[in-house]
Amino acid sequence: MRTKKRKWKQICKEWLWLLPSVAGVLIFFVIPFLVVIYYSVLDNPIFSNFVGLENYAKLLQNAAFLRASRNTALYSVIAVPLSVVLSLWLAFALNARIPGRSWLRTCFLCPLMVPIASVVLVWQVIFHYHGTLNQITELFGAAPVDWLKSEASYLVLTVLFLWKTLGYNMILFMSAIAGIPQDIIEVAELEGAGRFYTFLHIKLRYLSPSILFVTILSIISSFKMFREVYLLTGDYPYETMYLLQHFMNNTFNSLDYQKLSSAAVLLCLVMILIIGLLFLVEKKFGEDVEE
Amino acid sequence: MKRKQLRRRVFNAMIFLFAAAAALLFIMPTLLTISNAFMTEQEINANYGAMIESASADRKTYISEELNLKFIPDMVSLRQFGSVLFKSPEYLLKFWNSVILVVPITLFQLALASVTAYGFARFRGKVKGIIFFSYTILMLMPYQVTLVPNFLVSEFLGILGTRWAIILPGIFSPFSVFLLTKVMRRIPTAYYEAARLDGAGEIQIFRHICLPLSRSAMMSVGLLVFIDYWNMVEQPLILLKDEAKYPLSVFLSQINAGDVGLAFAVAVVYMVPALLLFLYGEEYLVEGITYSGGVKG
Repeated sequence: MRTKKRKWKQICKEWLWLLPSVAGVLIFFVIPFLVVIYYSVLDNPIFSNFVGLENYAKLLQNAAFLRASRNTALYSVIAVPLSVVLSLWLAFALNARIPGRSWLRTCFLCPLMVPIASVVLVWQVIFHYHGTLNQITELFGAAPVDWLKSEASYLVLTVLFLWKTLGYNMILFMSAIAGIPQDIIEVAELEGAGRFYTFLHIKLRYLSPSILFVTILSIISSFKMFREVYLLTGDYPYETMYLLQHFMNNTFNSLDYQKLSSAAVLLCLVMILIIGLLFLVEKKFGEDVEE
Repeated sequence: MKRKQLRRRVFNAMIFLFAAAAALLFIMPTLLTISNAFMTEQEINANYGAMIESASADRKTYISEELNLKFIPDMVSLRQFGSVLFKSPEYLLKFWNSVILVVPITLFQLALASVTAYGFARFRGKVKGIIFFSYTILMLMPYQVTLVPNFLVSEFLGILGTRWAIILPGIFSPFSVFLLTKVMRRIPTAYYEAARLDGAGEIQIFRHICLPLSRSAMMSVGLLVFIDYWNMVEQPLILLKDEAKYPLSVFLSQINAGDVGLAFAVAVVYMVPALLLFLYGEEYLVEGITYSGGVKG
């Protein structure tokens, strides 16, 4: 009897450490998200008739939502893999014996720290129709491009994305590379394995969890690109730069709860799907290197 | 053998050249912003006037249609900074808006996270594992998902439009809990057990063993949290309706059209805290990023 009481006391004490945070997360994220799910299946918050998946069906026919999803998907498909590959290359480059490594690292980390709002002026000058980039391409005889107001804006998004994320990803890869056991590589080289073989079959294998993680992080960052676009072009960008967060902002302004909540739930499901998928891939690929 | 060495050298030199060129591109925007802040208003107008023509169609002070991105000012002047600091108090006000949002979020998120992370790291259990996993998922959710619940709660609590609508969800954000838990789990259990045998209670173990051992991790996490919120754009646009409360990060995009003459100086003033933290704490930043590697605990 007495030990049971003591055990309960111990459990209560343990949970006390977690209580404030768990309560806050419940109040500010989890419970309201349940309300969001509830709203997403009603026709409106006042009469609250259950309409099933009708809001979702409407959302999937909404031209603005489709455009925003398409734009986000289109540039992520190019930008995310590019960011992973380039940052992996940079990480290997900075791990090689080259001079000024710490200076280079500082340069690549700089965009991470500098607020995008501060440098947005320079970006505007560069991508303006009469701006620097067009002046440079003109030297090579190319016709001027309206970078912010044409299909070319996908390229602008990609450049800004790489600028912002490469440093972070590079650091993640550098620490992962440092964790590859050297003896395995030495053995492989002694047995006559070429550089390409060791890279493909040993280094990449050990890096696969990091590659997974960096990919997830980059996908998440690609949802955050709204910041750059908003600061660069304001509330109403050219249609190729209209992103999911623009859609959410406009829906917030009209306070359309049904559209908002069904969009939030749908995006949440998509994110869970992406994260789950990558977890699975990682498990399959990296299982024989785990300690 | 010698030939192989030579080839290796050439290879490394090429890598270095590529990396150095890329690095230069990476810091260019920052350097340009800083150097342009020392230009006079006339010079700014002459070079970038075409960009603001729509905003001030009546006074054409620029010489050509072309924008002329310049690195070195013709005449170094501190007048832009003078106007920002002494003549246009609205910018300093917005700067202050940023500070009173970001500083409380960073400090309280860290304080709360250190306690919570101790709970997760010290005591294991199935339910705790599930909760920690949910924190991880929540951490990975983008703003498009989390801002809707945040908005509903703020409305329900009647804090929508006030700073609390940003600060409170910020404090409970699971990011630093996740990172600190991973750091504290690395502390050997033997330390805790030794302290227990000496008669220390949990609070004493937390204060005298856990906190000192994770001090540098706290700095790293604090740095990452600070940067994230110093950069915020999405939350104020949705949770604050009153533009007078907007932080400088949002406001900066709106002055671009008007006072280009001092926009660069404001931009520099805004990046100074972040830049100082960076130069002072680059090692912490790198450490913090490294901790965040690997979602699995």
